Parts: sequence; structure tokens; C-alpha cells
Amino acid sequence: MILLIDMSYLRNSLSTMEFVYPVEDIATEEGFSTTICHRTELSEEMITDARKIILCGTALRDNGFLSDLKRFDWLYEIQKPVLGICAGMQAIAIVFGGNIATETEIGMREVKVNLQDPVFGGRKEFMAYEMHSQKVEPPDNFKVIAVSGERPVAIRHRQKKIYGALFHPEVRNNWFVTNFLET
Amino acid sequence: MRLGVLFSGGKDSAYACWKAIQKDEVACLITIKSANPESYMFHTPNISLTSMQAEAAGIPLLEEESHGEKEAELSDLKHAIERAIDNYDVEGIVTGAVMSVYQAERVQRICHELRLWCFNPIWHTNQERYMTSLISEGFEMIISGVFSEPFDENWLGRTISNEMIEELKNIRNRYRISITGEGGEYESSVLDAPFFRKKIMVTDSRKEYGNHNGRFVISNAVLVEK
Repeated sequence: MILLIDMSYLRNSLSTMEFVYPVEDIATEEGFSTTICHRTELSEEMITDARKIILCGTALRDNGFLSDLKRFDWLYEIQKPVLGICAGMQAIAIVFGGNIATETEIGMREVKVNLQDPVFGGRKEFMAYEMHSQKVEPPDNFKVIAVSGERPVAIRHRQKKIYGALFHPEVRNNWFVTNFLET
Repeated sequence: MRLGVLFSGGKDSAYACWKAIQKDEVACLITIKSANPESYMFHTPNISLTSMQAEAAGIPLLEEESHGEKEAELSDLKHAIERAIDNYDVEGIVTGAVMSVYQAERVQRICHELRLWCFNPIWHTNQERYMTSLISEGFEMIISGVFSEPFDENWLGRTISNEMIEELKNIRNRYRISITGEGGEYESSVLDAPFFRKKIMVTDSRKEYGNHNGRFVISNAVLVEK
């Protein structure tokens, strides 16, 4: 089972439809079973049962998850693959000791891969949809694997399969989610 | 949260409105009447039907005229949204964007500038499931404009049904069309929706068509009991 964590302001909201359902569709079309859980309803059992975990994005003004990061301490210990999308990447970065800073990007941006990883499927560059009001300063135990200009837009833990993508792969880059699920 | 819905009268904005009603509070509908039939941002066929749709739904309608010049129409949209803030205290905007990054990006920017939430409940939704949901959830829609091959004048005014969805799926690959019409292949007009208290009956109409470009012009319609 793939656990999809809804990071938005409210469970089963308009944002769930926008940021979680498209990721769920990618997973189910690839044959994976999924469970959606709002960040406020996470349980140890769900995390234990999950094969892989995806922390989904939020609306541009929705930063409520930043006041709720104590719920994500389990990330520090987890040995399973995790992907954080946008808000999810910000949460991962902070839990591991990184920072975020105000910087708004909205639109298609050129992404350059600077460290090959199976999630890129051999791509060296691609266009990606960015929609965020914060950039990420990655923690020391993460490496930057792709950038947009100078901005880190994909990171990976140095030892574990814990990834962050500041762009939204569910928009025109479904392959990124598929590669994460299949590798 | 009080929401304003960008409302063209087509199926996508009407469905987004329905989802917003189910999950939050829709304070007003916002319609941009573009004078440019080629507008990248705004739906144009039968845009005047939105006042009747708003009446059917019992939701206030805020209308804004636009000359439809490419970037100037964004100022018109921003002005309309500012009026929605002033008149209806909206805190967020809802759009019916399905796949268009062009439209979504521009609305996101305006909302960001105005410190509003922005919601796109059918963003990158599964297209077949979405089309089927429209029918099963009680939307009655017709094709109100066609703008590409293989759509000819016989499509104009047709009701979107499960049979039509099958037809669209069958021609999708051959003509590289999106079954939702997201690529501008066709436009729709909603005559009934689950949040309408009355439905629209078209009493007079005509077809204007040439070279895979046509409109089903509703020249008269009335609200009738459901």
C-alpha cells in the first residue's frame, strides 16, 4: 500500500482534490493500491503498513503544516522510501534540520539534473511546474539532485530513499512519481 | 471560507462550483465577458447564459467586461476579483482549470497578489472519470462550440451523454483530442446542475458553422421547474 499524506488545511477539502487525487491517480494507474490520510490523522499503524509514503502538496497560501511538524518526527527514523512534494519537501527538510525561506515561484521552469538518480529515468533536464511561496535550504544529510536556476528543486537523503521535489510532478511529469514508486 | 467561482457557464467551472458548494461556501460567481472569441483565458460561447445559470443556482453573479486583449484581460480578471473581495468578502477563488497551465498559472498569480486562496478541484483529474461523474451527478450539458477536427455542425447543440463520452473516447487517439475539450476542441453550456433550483430550457437557437469552427447560439431560453 502507498500512503498518501494530505498536508492541506483540512481533510477531504478542495485542496485534497487538487493535490492528492492526481497523485493517487498516477499510483493506481500503475497498479499500486493507495490510502489517503490527512496529516492530523496519521497513525503508527498506517506508517507501518505502508510500502512507500508520499507527502503531497498544498495551496500556495496553505502553510498550516509548518505549525504541525511535530507529527512528522517519524520521518527521522523511517527506513521506507518517502517522497515529499512541495509542502512535503519543505516538511522533510525542516524535520532533518534544513530551513525554508520566502520565495514565490509560479509556472513552468527548466529543471537541470545535477546528480543522476533512478527517479529521473536518465533525464538530464525537463520542464516542471513550480508553485510555492517558500524555497528550501536542504539539510546537511541531503544532497541536491536537481536545480532550477540556483534553487534546489529535488533533494535526496544521503543514505536513505527519502526524496523531496519542490516542483509538482503530478503536473506534466507523472514519470517522476512512477519512477519513485517503481524503484 | 467564502469563495468566488470563476464561472463561464461551461461544464468545468460549473462542476468546480458544485465541488466548492459541497465542501465550502460559494459567495458569488464571477464571469468575464470577453469580446475576443479567440481568448486563451476565457470561454466565450453563450457567456450571457451565466446570468440565468446564477439565477437558477440562487448565487449572486459578478460580471466584468473585457476587450479580451491577451495580457490586458488579466487586469480585467484581477479587477473582477477585487470587486468580489469588496462586495462579497471572498477569501478564495475557485477555477475549473483541468490541464491548462496557462490559465492556472495566471489565476494563481492574481490570487497571490491579492492574498487570496486559490482552488482548482478538477486539476489534472482523470478525464474519463470526470466526464462520467458529470453525468452521474446530474449535470445536463450541451456542446455550444466546436473548434477543431473532427467536430462538425452535427455536434452543435448535442447533449453530452454517456454515449457521447464513448464516442469521444473512440475518436480521441485518431484526432489527438482531449475528451474534456480542454485543448479548446469544443466548449459546453450547462442547462442543469445539481445545485440549480430550476433548469434552463432553450426556446430558440441557431447554428453558425464553417471549417470546423462553429457555435450553437442560444438566442432565447427560460427557467423551468425541475
